[in-house]
Amino acid sequence: MLTLSLILIPLIAGVITLLTKNNSAKQLALVGAAIELVLAVVIYAQFQSTAAQQFSFSYPWIQSAGISFAGGIDGISILLVMLTAFLTPLIVLSTFRQPYKNASTFYALILFMQAALMGVFTATDAFLFYLFFEAALIPIYFLAAVWGGEDRIKVTFKFFVYTIFGSLFMLVALVYLYYQTTSAQGHTSEISAFYKLALDAQKQGWIFWAFFIAFAIKMPVFPFHTWQPDTYTESPTPATMLLAGIMLKMGVYGVIRFVLPIVPLGLQTWGTTAIVLSVIGIVYGSIIAIQQRDMKRLIAYSSFAHVGLMSAGVFSQTLSGVQGALIQMLAHGINVVGLFFIIEIIFSRTKTRNIEQLGGITQRTPHLTVYFMILMLGSVALPLTNGFVGEFLLLRGVYESNIWLGAIAGTTIILGAVYMLRLFQKSMFGAKSAFTEHFADLSFSERAVLVPLVIMVFWMGLYPNSFLKLTEPAVSNLLQMIHY
Amino acid sequence: MSPSLLILIPLLPLIGFTINGIGFRHVPKSLVGVIGSAATLGAFIISILAWNSFDGQPQVVKLFDWISIGQLTIPFSFQIDQLSLLMLMVVTGVGSLIHIYSIGYMHHDEGFGKFFAFLNLFLFFMLLLVMGSNYVIMFIGWEGVGLCSYLLIGFWNKVTNYNNAARKAFIMNRIGDLGFLLGIFMIIQHFGSVEYLEVFNKAANGGFGINDTVIVTITALLFVGAMGKSAQIPLYTWLPDAMAGPTPVSALIHAATMVTAGIYMVIRSNVLYSLAPATLGFVGGIGLLTALVAASIGLYQNDIKKVLAYSTVSQLGYMFLALGVGAYTSAMFHVMTHAFFKALLFLGAGSVIHAMSDEQDIRNMGGLRKHLPVTFWTFTIATFAIAGIFPLSGFFSKDEILAHVFEHNKIMWALGIVGAMMTAFYMFRLLFVTFFGDFRGTHEQEHHLHESPATMTIPLMVLAVLSAVGGLMNIPHVLGGGEALGHFMAPLFEGSKQVNPALFEGHLEHSTEYILMGVSVGAAVLAIGFAYSLFISKAVVPAADKDVTGFPKVLQNKYYIDELYDSVFVKPISKLSDILYSFGEFLIDVIVNGSGRLVQFLGGRLRLLQTGETGFYVFAMVIGIVLVLAWNFLLK
Repeated sequence: MLTLSLILIPLIAGVITLLTKNNSAKQLALVGAAIELVLAVVIYAQFQSTAAQQFSFSYPWIQSAGISFAGGIDGISILLVMLTAFLTPLIVLSTFRQPYKNASTFYALILFMQAALMGVFTATDAFLFYLFFEAALIPIYFLAAVWGGEDRIKVTFKFFVYTIFGSLFMLVALVYLYYQTTSAQGHTSEISAFYKLALDAQKQGWIFWAFFIAFAIKMPVFPFHTWQPDTYTESPTPATMLLAGIMLKMGVYGVIRFVLPIVPLGLQTWGTTAIVLSVIGIVYGSIIAIQQRDMKRLIAYSSFAHVGLMSAGVFSQTLSGVQGALIQMLAHGINVVGLFFIIEIIFSRTKTRNIEQLGGITQRTPHLTVYFMILMLGSVALPLTNGFVGEFLLLRGVYESNIWLGAIAGTTIILGAVYMLRLFQKSMFGAKSAFTEHFADLSFSERAVLVPLVIMVFWMGLYPNSFLKLTEPAVSNLLQMIHY
Repeated sequence: MSPSLLILIPLLPLIGFTINGIGFRHVPKSLVGVIGSAATLGAFIISILAWNSFDGQPQVVKLFDWISIGQLTIPFSFQIDQLSLLMLMVVTGVGSLIHIYSIGYMHHDEGFGKFFAFLNLFLFFMLLLVMGSNYVIMFIGWEGVGLCSYLLIGFWNKVTNYNNAARKAFIMNRIGDLGFLLGIFMIIQHFGSVEYLEVFNKAANGGFGINDTVIVTITALLFVGAMGKSAQIPLYTWLPDAMAGPTPVSALIHAATMVTAGIYMVIRSNVLYSLAPATLGFVGGIGLLTALVAASIGLYQNDIKKVLAYSTVSQLGYMFLALGVGAYTSAMFHVMTHAFFKALLFLGAGSVIHAMSDEQDIRNMGGLRKHLPVTFWTFTIATFAIAGIFPLSGFFSKDEILAHVFEHNKIMWALGIVGAMMTAFYMFRLLFVTFFGDFRGTHEQEHHLHESPATMTIPLMVLAVLSAVGGLMNIPHVLGGGEALGHFMAPLFEGSKQVNPALFEGHLEHSTEYILMGVSVGAAVLAIGFAYSLFISKAVVPAADKDVTGFPKVLQNKYYIDELYDSVFVKPISKLSDILYSFGEFLIDVIVNGSGRLVQFLGGRLRLLQTGETGFYVFAMVIGIVLVLAWNFLLK
């Protein structure tokens, strides 16, 4: 019941927000998201660190076909549920100084997005998963297409086509898998039933690719990423935060949930290819980020590089790699939302995102400098911040599967420092520019967003075991299924 | 010693950082310096207590499990043994003096509180580095001190050049850190642990042969980390640029402590290195090459801090040279004496810069000994010490290194003597040009000349005493000493002696040792005499930059290594970035979209109507599949 509430609360809150007046929409949305967070904390507190599905619910949906409306939370999903619940109120709060037209629709879409994301991360039925996976696209599409920048129509269309295109392959795979299962009703679409299928290597190869394309586009993995920098840049910042902070994790999550346990033989053949593509993405994205001037686009490429490492870690099929990916999803979500928010703070004051036009902001607001610095250090994986734990485990995972790929992926710690320090220096240090001359200090609501993020940066960095312990039983269980 | 007291050693500076950091601009200036220095002094006092209660056995203090993954547990824990105690004394002792000095030096700076916060934070990370009981905790400290180095090099962040220097330091260190990190992964892979005691025990008793590939690779990767942090070829160019930071920072971070972390790491891992003489050969070669290259650049530098910076790079090279021949104790000995006299030289330089109203070019100085007597005398002691003149500290440590190198390889020894001559020359050149002759600065500067306040001169005097008598720690038998340091550190190398006894054999006749001492002191005296005849007798002032030609110009321009790196790495990568962004992305778009279209074209061949809209195709496919599914689910 608790799990179902995770989906229903934002849905209901979204409907209420949609029906209210524009001027009270944001407060309502914040209340809705806050209630959701409280619920998630309750779940976190009660969560047992075992491999079992917990807080499960199941209702018949299309009974004759063995399809049910079923969900639950296990070690694989708990951190993503927490991430979604934690970030959504902060994303809502981050908009408080920025008026959006048709506010009630705008905030309702954010809440609908949250409901769909919660659905994705908790569904235990394959078709329900698919339903939410697609449903999540709708609110984010409208957020980007209606409230986005100048190029929004072209860019969001590309985004839409890419992701739909990918999902189709997944749908084909799911339907195929569904028909391979046997149960009392004939077939079943429980994901756990898919795990028991033992398909031959060739079939697994096909299904591997069907899933891979779907999830690789979502993350994105090289070379399926070209929709991403444009979409991140053109979307209104709250939508960018949802995309980069949470939505791209759907892809990584999908790989862990479906690809690893269902097609281990396919991975045996194609796993290395997937790691190679991911590692190419790390280096390629990082190198492009080095010369970007638009702060948002720079972080977009950095995000592409970071998710490449998560993907590589997952495809390494090692405990270290998958655990690293799970904790890094949480860490990256926190850091990237913080960074996009700081870009928004700078943009709202200076009306530019071009780092060549900025500079000397630290002379105007040391506070922003400190928050920015901490989030940047998290992003470049400095030890004792959240980014280090994930990157350490991920790189070790990739290293375990292939030493050379581990070393190439490791260049992320160098290149990441190159582009992030450049971004930081050009915007915060040096002489003030005409744009930053009168830069105002942080407001209360801005601090209210940044403080929780920074606390998480340190909490995860100082005591990562409080998160790793939650996920390890489920991850080892999953990996045992592969290496039988 | 009780664990809770040990934890205070790194915790006190962290508390100091927190108070001065959060309270920046609110804590009164007079209190800031007191808090910062008290935190450091407190750590120093507890370190002394720890030293006194040390019973000869390594003590591991575990705080909590930091990262657990499967069978691997990385505890957050400290290890107190001979090596960490020695490092603790240097770091907190010299650190305290530099904190006190900074009260005077940074007094007029508007970022006074920020400065002390960063300095304390640095100390916290440096203490983690030397106290950690495993490689990952060392790595925390390793990267943490890199961060503080970045923050302090770019302390005056309005100046773009300083910021660039800070960024360069961080990035070059990160290149080394990648090597370190891969080394850690390999240690985990082969030893299943990162804890020193466990790893070294397994290494010593694990049946590894001499020059086992695994051990050679691990030690080489770790050494890449050391190259970055301790500024060895090819990763040394950040250190001279790092002089952009305030001078106390140069003394503490870029001379006495952080840059010696690489040497600490090799000594810490001595069992592994002793198993890998191949790596040691490489370490020694890089060290010697760095010692010579940096010393030769130092001959023609005119910025007082740049001379000292290249000198530091060069001296670090000597330490690696010592490690390369297995003389771990000698390397540590030189780490300590160097910490004393190089910190003193930098602080002396700071005192000069302070008096000269931020002038750093020695060509605009001269005759300062009359105006800055304390600075002059202490600087002179340090100069004699670094030149290796008996009986100052540098004589003992450098002589010990060179004696071990002589046992190992006569040519390397001869080159080491050449380096020592260059050291003596550029240091006395610096001393003579700065403090002797007539004043060459502006009238305004001359009018302003003054000796520094007591907070600055007292640390100078303490360090001068240490620089003078520091050699007593380890007087060789041949001079009637007891080699106290050698005996103290001996337990650290038992594993090494067990796995590779050959490395510790070799013994020089007393008569040979006397001759070696005579040669090295004689060489230094010769170089000093040459410097004297040039800069005192002939009163030569180094030429203006435009008048320098030929090889000296190459030296003055640091062999154009920065320019080389710029055109081989920095520019091509920027270019690649532009190309990938403008053409690469476009090309991928075309290919991916093209193949997507191809799939749809093949799928949609049967259609009579082709609109050419990708979106329409996709939309139709979705509708189609949904209909098929609905048909299946609902109607069957």
